[in-house]
Amino acid sequence: MNRKFLLQSFSALTLAAAAAFATPAMAEDGTIKVGILHSLSGTMAISETVLKDVALMTIDEINAKGGVLGKKLEPVVVDPASDWPLFAEKARQLLSKDKVAVTFGCWTSVSRKSVLPVFKELDGLLFYPVQYEGEELERNVFYTGAAPNQQAIPAVEYLMSKDGGGAKRFVLLGTDYVYPRTTNKILRAFLHSKGITDENIMEEYTPFGHSDYQTIVANIKKFSTGGKTAVVSTINGDSNVPFYKELGNAGLKATDVPVVAFSVGEEELRGVDTKPLVGDLAAWNYFMSLKNPVNEEFKKKWAAYAKAKGLPSAGKPLTNDPMEATYIGINMWKQAVEKAGTTDVDKVIPAVGGQQFAAPDGFTVEMDPKNHHLHKPVFIGEVKADGQFNVVWKSPGPIKAQPWSPYIPGDEGKKDEPDSK
Amino acid sequence: MRHLLPALIGLAILVLCSPAQAFDQATATALSVGDSDTRIDALNKVIAAGDAAALPFLEKLIGDGVKTSGDKVFVVDGDKAVDPVTGQAAELPSDADDVVNSNRMRNEIGGAIAALKLSSPDRAVRLEAAQSLQSGDADESKLPLVKAAEGKEKDPQIRDMLGQVEANIELTSSDKSLRLAAVKMLAESSSPNVKEMLSTRLAPDGETDPEVKAAITAAIKAVDARLSRYALVGQIFTGVSLASILLLAALGLAITYGLMGIINMAHGELMMIGAYSTYVVQNLFRAYLPDAFQFYLVAALPVAFLVTAGVGMAIERLVLRHLYGRSLETLLATCGISLFLMQLVRTLFGAQNVGVENPEWMSGSVSLAASLVLPYNRIVIIGFSVAVLGFMWYLLTKTRLGLFVRAVTQNRTMARCVGVPTARIDTMAFGLGSGIAGLAGVALSQIGNVGPDLGQHYIVNCFMVVVLGGVGQLAGTVLASLGLGIVSKFLEGVTGAVIAEIMVLVFVVVFIQRRPQGLFAMTGRSAEA
Repeated sequence: MNRKFLLQSFSALTLAAAAAFATPAMAEDGTIKVGILHSLSGTMAISETVLKDVALMTIDEINAKGGVLGKKLEPVVVDPASDWPLFAEKARQLLSKDKVAVTFGCWTSVSRKSVLPVFKELDGLLFYPVQYEGEELERNVFYTGAAPNQQAIPAVEYLMSKDGGGAKRFVLLGTDYVYPRTTNKILRAFLHSKGITDENIMEEYTPFGHSDYQTIVANIKKFSTGGKTAVVSTINGDSNVPFYKELGNAGLKATDVPVVAFSVGEEELRGVDTKPLVGDLAAWNYFMSLKNPVNEEFKKKWAAYAKAKGLPSAGKPLTNDPMEATYIGINMWKQAVEKAGTTDVDKVIPAVGGQQFAAPDGFTVEMDPKNHHLHKPVFIGEVKADGQFNVVWKSPGPIKAQPWSPYIPGDEGKKDEPDSK
Repeated sequence: MRHLLPALIGLAILVLCSPAQAFDQATATALSVGDSDTRIDALNKVIAAGDAAALPFLEKLIGDGVKTSGDKVFVVDGDKAVDPVTGQAAELPSDADDVVNSNRMRNEIGGAIAALKLSSPDRAVRLEAAQSLQSGDADESKLPLVKAAEGKEKDPQIRDMLGQVEANIELTSSDKSLRLAAVKMLAESSSPNVKEMLSTRLAPDGETDPEVKAAITAAIKAVDARLSRYALVGQIFTGVSLASILLLAALGLAITYGLMGIINMAHGELMMIGAYSTYVVQNLFRAYLPDAFQFYLVAALPVAFLVTAGVGMAIERLVLRHLYGRSLETLLATCGISLFLMQLVRTLFGAQNVGVENPEWMSGSVSLAASLVLPYNRIVIIGFSVAVLGFMWYLLTKTRLGLFVRAVTQNRTMARCVGVPTARIDTMAFGLGSGIAGLAGVALSQIGNVGPDLGQHYIVNCFMVVVLGGVGQLAGTVLASLGLGIVSKFLEGVTGAVIAEIMVLVFVVVFIQRRPQGLFAMTGRSAEA
């Protein structure tokens, strides 16, 4: 749907760049302010910087086509610097000082939890683009990343299948914080339901930034003597590099003990020598290597944008799942505003539900009318030598999110829609 | 159930085909097109035929070098496509798709390649093939090939291996004596896979004969004993390896903090600069000397040393010089320098981690036993840290510079009185400590991430090692890093990484409370300085 206007959109880049850094005081009348809340420094900068860029690209594209409701979008970029309390502060600034109509942002669950009270108090609207652990459903938030049943559970099912190696024992390995802990809690309950007992599950956590995985890899090796084993990794951030290096060096091949990761995508593999990782898996709702016209166009747009802006990644432009989710989120918000005829949060929220968008994952994804989560397809990919993924399994179609996991006791009977205000 | 039909068809083909049939277009298609089950059937057919002509194609297949378009199969080499059977150049249709191998497929193809390679005339190829089969790629379909190969094999090592492979397969034989013999044979093994295989036989649906069962239990015990011995050796090795990294990181600090008394919070960033120097050298080699790429690390050592030593000397001249004797200000100033250096690198190279590749001779591992695998990069780093230690020891105790450094740190006034240029010595000593941090950076680039935050992960450990070892003592630094490395690795094995880290820190706090001077105390007149 956006194809024709591709060229025009680039000619408008310079104009939008100026808008991106304009101070609120200079803002002309007749623009709609949009907040972008991603860490541009600190440990999460590695992942979040591209989300800021892809958001700006999408906004440029929308502006080039005439904006929303006849008004241009004006991005307000702030840097919460990977500092969780600062996220809340910056969110407050966006909502009360800049008076943004909507905010796109956050990566880690802890940053999302930190801004939630602010969005509720000031009745803001947040689009959150990253896979997360579920167990949350807020009126002021739309989740365009995957819930556990759209990523973790299909991945484990694949590992248990014949093609996935028929794993009988599982190592649940993660960084020590809320997302891995909750995901592993869900997975453990899921494995129990499949008849896998506790003695066949090994759960291990490492601190953020852990870099010596020798002991853990040795333990995995020992554990794998008890039967066909697979590793489910929720290791986050750059600890993945030493982990995979150690795996390769210890001779633990993907054909013996496959590793499926939930936080490793194209961007994370950029700094890694991928040769030893060939055959290891990742589960996402989008891969750069997907072959469909929408994705080809998305990749082309991103490459051209990165080049035009002189981004450091322009030499090797990569797209990944959270970038796609950001792109979908902004476009859905635009459609909802057009449907509601206003940017008023209370009117936009009901209009977002049911929006459809032809996404780069090759499907027309839909925002669930009630539960604020996207219906997304699931892909499982194997790492190739060039850092891209070969899709070895995909869900037949988009799957509806279950933010309240049926595998967590106490979640039964929770409403599949947020409480109204 | 839906796999049953293709499986049956495959079986029928298997039965109908004569074993002598050569590798042809139809086989290539069957190997590349369809779901995993039909492809594996085709593969088993190739194995049964023992057709070595299929080898090059299978190797291409596993290396993702095969494309298909409809029923046509192409072997792709760079931009060119060739016919898999005739080897003639072929036109690659634009809609050709990569053949996607799942891990299961890759396992099967790998096993098939190994089985077919058993008949190779080259001993090394046969040995590798036997090893590969031994590590778990063997199943019933390969038994005839293995048996045939064992009969022909003259090399005793390979024959023994093949015997074990055979035992692996025959464990499920219907003949009791064969099973018993197989179990006996496997009891000699020290492979975790064998233990797994034996344990699965003990399951209710496995072995039924009590005699064989008893033999299996005994065999598991024997294998277990061997495994736990190797596990202990492995644990000590990982401990020593962690120690070598701690030692490398702390050695530079042992000079700047230990000898000179400068609390240098930017020490970690000096390591980071060393790692980035490695990255730059790597890129230069890749661009200008691709043939000598394997040796870029050797060239990176002097570069990293000189760059970081230069940065260190500049810091000393410009900032620290004016702050001698005011340790609180030094601490704050170096903290600022550390932030400055990080931001500088972020501006120059970007906030994201950069990729530093291990040269080939540092990737992979030496396998002392199936369960004891020592990675080359760890071994090289242990050796390297010993070499750096030796280099530093020589410099400090055997050279004129070392003599001056020690003289200045022990009694500055007296040293100046007898004509030692103390200001220049300070600069040199700080440069030396920084340069060694740079060398540590080169080593760290080989095992972890290279990013602007690299130094932050190590700075606490560095101070811990130096303080624990006793300020100003090289031997203390060595012992402290060894102790910390081995203790934390053993703890990690028992309690997991998170708790182990806490326990080590608590241990250090308690130790420093009991013995504030560290493992080795400075004695004599210099202690008052």
